[in-house]
Amino acid sequence: MSNDIRIRKGLNINLEGEAEKTVSDAPRVKTFALKPTDFHNTTPKMVVKEGEKVKAGDVVFYSKYSEKIKFVAPVSGTIAEIRRGAKRRILEVVIDADDQDVYKEFGAKDPGQLSAEEIKTYLLENGCWPFIRQRPYDVIANPEDTPKAIFISACASAPLAADAAFVLEGRAEDFQAGIDAITKLTPGKTHLSVNRKSDSFLNEVKGVELHRVSGPHPAGNVGVQIHHIDPINAGERVWVVNPEDVAIIGKVFRTGQFDATRTVAVAGSEVEKPQYYRVRIGSRINALVKNDTNDVRIISGDVLTGDKVTGDGFLGYYSNMVTVIPEGNEYRMFGWLPFKDNNIPSMHHTSFSWLFPKKKYKVNTNLNGEERALVVTGEMEKVLPMDVYPMQLLKACMVNNIEKMENLGIYEVAPEDFALIDYACTSKIEAQEIIREGLDLMIKEVG
Amino acid sequence: MKFLRNKIDQLKKPFGKGEKWEKFAPAVNALDTFLFVPDHTTQKGAHIRDAVDLKRTMITVVLALVPALIYGIYNTGYQYLHQLNGGDVAFWDAFVHGLWKVLPMIVVSYAVGLTIEFIFAIYRGHEVNEGFLVTGLLVPMIMPVDIPLWMIGISVAFAVLIGKEAFGGTGMNILNPALLARAFAFFAYPTYMSGNKVWVSEATNVDAVSGETILGSLAAGHDVHFSMFNMFSGAIPGSVGETSTLWILVGAALLIFTGVGSWRIMLGSVIGGTAMGLLFNLWGANDLMNFPWYQHLLVGGFAFGTVFMATDPVSAAQTVRGKWIYGILVGFLCIMIRVFNPAYPEGVMLGILLMNVFAPTIDHYVIEGNIKRRKKRLAASKLKTA
Repeated sequence: MSNDIRIRKGLNINLEGEAEKTVSDAPRVKTFALKPTDFHNTTPKMVVKEGEKVKAGDVVFYSKYSEKIKFVAPVSGTIAEIRRGAKRRILEVVIDADDQDVYKEFGAKDPGQLSAEEIKTYLLENGCWPFIRQRPYDVIANPEDTPKAIFISACASAPLAADAAFVLEGRAEDFQAGIDAITKLTPGKTHLSVNRKSDSFLNEVKGVELHRVSGPHPAGNVGVQIHHIDPINAGERVWVVNPEDVAIIGKVFRTGQFDATRTVAVAGSEVEKPQYYRVRIGSRINALVKNDTNDVRIISGDVLTGDKVTGDGFLGYYSNMVTVIPEGNEYRMFGWLPFKDNNIPSMHHTSFSWLFPKKKYKVNTNLNGEERALVVTGEMEKVLPMDVYPMQLLKACMVNNIEKMENLGIYEVAPEDFALIDYACTSKIEAQEIIREGLDLMIKEVG
Repeated sequence: MKFLRNKIDQLKKPFGKGEKWEKFAPAVNALDTFLFVPDHTTQKGAHIRDAVDLKRTMITVVLALVPALIYGIYNTGYQYLHQLNGGDVAFWDAFVHGLWKVLPMIVVSYAVGLTIEFIFAIYRGHEVNEGFLVTGLLVPMIMPVDIPLWMIGISVAFAVLIGKEAFGGTGMNILNPALLARAFAFFAYPTYMSGNKVWVSEATNVDAVSGETILGSLAAGHDVHFSMFNMFSGAIPGSVGETSTLWILVGAALLIFTGVGSWRIMLGSVIGGTAMGLLFNLWGANDLMNFPWYQHLLVGGFAFGTVFMATDPVSAAQTVRGKWIYGILVGFLCIMIRVFNPAYPEGVMLGILLMNVFAPTIDHYVIEGNIKRRKKRLAASKLKTA
């Protein structure tokens, strides 16, 4: 059977400001942060206090309901501040970094010589466990579970997304070591998806089932790949890991040190010189983005699924890109007229922009309308390449109908799979938020 | 633009959050967003959004209706003047007469419907949905030209209140509101909605003018005096906007090109109508059955119903496969009711309304297929791990 995945439904949104394939070391910033909000459904229990010194790899907090899962410092330094929000919820643990990192030593290990349980213990100890997330629910994997398979998508298709093959250049040994460790965590297969046109070392990785993916976004979404390779049924668990995180895991096995270096794409029409930078996880954004004004929106992540941050904010734990686009807080006279404002991309044929699929657009954050009742049908299905009825699933989530949600495939989707529906929906429905709330309800009611 | 924007912002001040007239904000916002796409930016979810919104979608349908409406206005005048004076009729004479008749119908329809929409938006605290932009124009286009304006008003009020708001508002209705308005008028005031006196302007008052439609003639066993070209171009008696298949097709082309109207439903309806027409042609028991299948597609409300009514996304089937089934059955039923209905020689309205009722059932079974596939997969997976 062919391992090719050809996606037909979906949409590529071509934006201005693609990151040029050059890598620089970002200037070393003084401040880093771990944000518990990056770890959905995780309640942090602090281990350190303000003013305490930490090494890179020292535990900063752990999960209240799964104490084995530890979150470690990406750099060495001093805990400067524990920022809290409403109801004393911890928002950020800010670390003032040392000039030179001092690493906690975990001791190098050969994954080939370890059992699955030993690998699990090692990953939990060295703080790499949060890199492993589970589907369904799109949360950090439960170490007590045994997944039926593990999926790694090294094929990014989101607008301006960082090229996984480029990011991993020169890290083949780390990546292979990471794969050697991860594959032991499942009795099933480890699936690695690559871009069909890719000729990187990823095609030669051992111990995985390779899939070549082609087609428009969301072809690169791991959820879409799972759906086409080995769909999740009720009661099953699969784990997913980002490709760069596999390399970070591999490096810990090889060196015994938690090196939280990421290669981050800084892209978007408002970036003077879009390119890649080497930074640490949780780095302050203004190391990467200079034009922090009210006229731009800085996003930790891509334009469809990322989080809004300020220049004083910090890179998200899982983010491998920063996107900067113009804010769209401006009025457009008679902007609702069909075939007007064709400089705004639209998948709908009420604008002429769909006739120029290759054209790159400078797009802003205007909602281009207001939220309305769900009226138009068929548009969501065009951008969700799954055997799932998106509108019906969204409606089931809205009314908290658990049985219907289960029947309609809630276990197979994650918010990111509905990001294009967010984008394309005529009624401006917040599909990702609805799916996230639906998944949270399932966690609470079904577990 | 800046001057106008400032004026609107000034006007909106008393309707702002915490202000005296906050409750009435939806009404002012509706007027504001009619002029300007608001400056709202994305606050959650995807940071960028498609250029389309419900206003643009609905305005596209209104634009698609315009050719049939303009022809309908002209034809209203033409049918009256042609029968009254004979010979050729100057375009503007016909158009002005038609406008004199049709414009008040449009004004009443919009005034009544939008008033109710605004009241509900204020009462429920949501923005005014744009659905009525289309409904408000559809209603006068599917009414006989001489129907009293107060009947249009009551029909629209019934459709919006009972057909839409009672179900939860826009997007929640089971039946097509415009067709429901027509059905209400048809059952409440049958003498104004059927027979051979209502389909041409002033036919009830002027003896020289006959208001008989083609289907009415066939049902009564009379000869049809109209050519195929008349049927296609629309120079025949009928409801205001339904007569011209040619201009309805122009609207259909726009709906299909923009993707706003479902081509599957339209094509399905034509397939269903053709199949039923052919069956009746084979049977051939009376004049209506012998009426050629291709002419069935041209006369009455078939083309208008197929293009503008059956494709209402809310009351139609919502799944891809469901749309095919729904469309085919709409066409099938429209012709079946048209031929078998002894009380009324047209069946498009009732055919579409009947399928509106069945659309959720069609969707249910299509989605059930998806659910069964999922359950089958689960069972197979359990078997594998057992």
